[in-house]
Amino acid sequence: MSVRSTILSQIQEVAKEQNNKLAALTDDTPLLESGLDSLAIAILVARLEEALGFDPFTLSDDIYYPVTLGDFIRFYEDVAKSRKVAS
Amino acid sequence: MSPSHVKSLRDRLAGGSNCQERYLYGAAGRVCLADVQARTSASSWLSNLSGRSVLLATRDQVAAAAALIELDGVARRIILCPADLPYEHFPSVMASAEVDAIVSDHDELKRRGIGAELHVTADVTRVPAQHSSSEPHTTEWVILTSGTTGTPKLLIHNLSGLTAAIKTETNSATDADIVWGTFYDIRRYGGLQIFLRAMLGNGSLVLSSADEPLADFLVRLGTHGVTHLSGTPSHWRRALMSPLAHEIRPRYVRLSGEIADQAILDSLRSFYPQARMGHAYASTEAGVAFEVTDGLEGFPANILSTGGPIELKVEDGSLRIRSAGVASGYLNGESSSVADAEGFVDTGDIVQLQGGRYYFLGRKSGVINVGGLKVHPEEVEAAINRHPKVRASLVRARKNPITGSIVVADVLLKDGTDQDTALRQEIVQFCQERLARHKVPTAIQFVPNLNVSPTGKLIRHNA
Repeated sequence: MSVRSTILSQIQEVAKEQNNKLAALTDDTPLLESGLDSLAIAILVARLEEALGFDPFTLSDDIYYPVTLGDFIRFYEDVAKSRKVAS
Repeated sequence: MSPSHVKSLRDRLAGGSNCQERYLYGAAGRVCLADVQARTSASSWLSNLSGRSVLLATRDQVAAAAALIELDGVARRIILCPADLPYEHFPSVMASAEVDAIVSDHDELKRRGIGAELHVTADVTRVPAQHSSSEPHTTEWVILTSGTTGTPKLLIHNLSGLTAAIKTETNSATDADIVWGTFYDIRRYGGLQIFLRAMLGNGSLVLSSADEPLADFLVRLGTHGVTHLSGTPSHWRRALMSPLAHEIRPRYVRLSGEIADQAILDSLRSFYPQARMGHAYASTEAGVAFEVTDGLEGFPANILSTGGPIELKVEDGSLRIRSAGVASGYLNGESSSVADAEGFVDTGDIVQLQGGRYYFLGRKSGVINVGGLKVHPEEVEAAINRHPKVRASLVRARKNPITGSIVVADVLLKDGTDQDTALRQEIVQFCQERLARHKVPTAIQFVPNLNVSPTGKLIRHNA
């Protein structure tokens, strides 16, 4: 499964568990308006670390908090790419 | 401490200047401080609140702020209820604090049968206050903090202790345009500090509303030109993830209530390069201890030896504080004293010295801080252990870049129980029915055994 589809399916799952009602998601949707609250986003990041094997927030050298869903996905994709190159 | 030496908040506000140009801004509107100073929202009841133990339970933060100004020096005791205090806790809080009056701005308490001898509705239409000439009280400010069993602990402070760390080098020339703002509820210690800084200084204050979306609050902060803004690292991470973070241009950015990590400090530095930045160390028990302004996580070791009114030491690995800001005691719970015989409060925060700087390692008690909300592992374990298939459990923190920490659990099942995913979900659901959301374990791991000390206690490892 691609990084993008892993993220999208985990978002659905966490939203369901946390009783968060998701908005219609596009890459331009601000993460905070996705329907996930901070606790749900925190859980999402933890689940993605398990699923993908890394957490870009701690790995990335960029000083950065992603704003839109597209930013968030790219944040993971970029780290995934650089990990592949490194290994 | 003779009451005559302690000036009430209202008197201290009156002593400051230009109250006519200072405001409390809420989502529903603004209130001028000159109005709060000279008028009352408690109508003719204000004199009847004199000497009482008053439960302050308003939804609106501006109403709470105004009531604090009115009641300090008048009431014997004010119990500050945050907007999110669950109704189930009201009876025990009220009994412990011997509440004989309630000030609120809604009917929900009455509807739920929660009442006191006197129930005052904070009225938005203010009338001129008639201040009684009776002897002023040194009002106890009672602040709620979470306890191991889920029942809040009640800590007693007063205005002079709460304001001990606030330097009032009020310089009307430079301070006149200060607009404070906070992501906190002012009925929690971190938010209360900002409220008092704003009132004792020269500025106005922008307050959030309980159900207000962050985007709306950021726009309001921007509209009122916030200059000094405070929140937990988690509040700030959330703000930086908002497309509206550009709406504000603070001159001063303050973090407290959680350990600030380097990532959030660096992010804020790059996002608000014009702002002075500080992360404060404070606790509801020990008060404000220090503020770190060099932009680095942890704190320089020489803070311990600078001298001054706030004394710090590290003993058995944990940070201890002695100052005038320490709470005078608890109103409930098994232990009544906050400090040891020498007056030091053990903060329970474990620190480690590395290259001339102390870094925070976690909590001695295992208390988990989820986005500024404390979680006692014992309470979560008790909930998990009530599940019929569970023998024992250990709840611990897992580091998280969004909320600082999240809650995870190791679970030891009863013999012969199958460890399947369905059971994992069942236990999570079981917890969801019994615990506040941030306390529910986000991951459950089944383990073959749990480490127990020779005295039969679970061995906790610090996060």
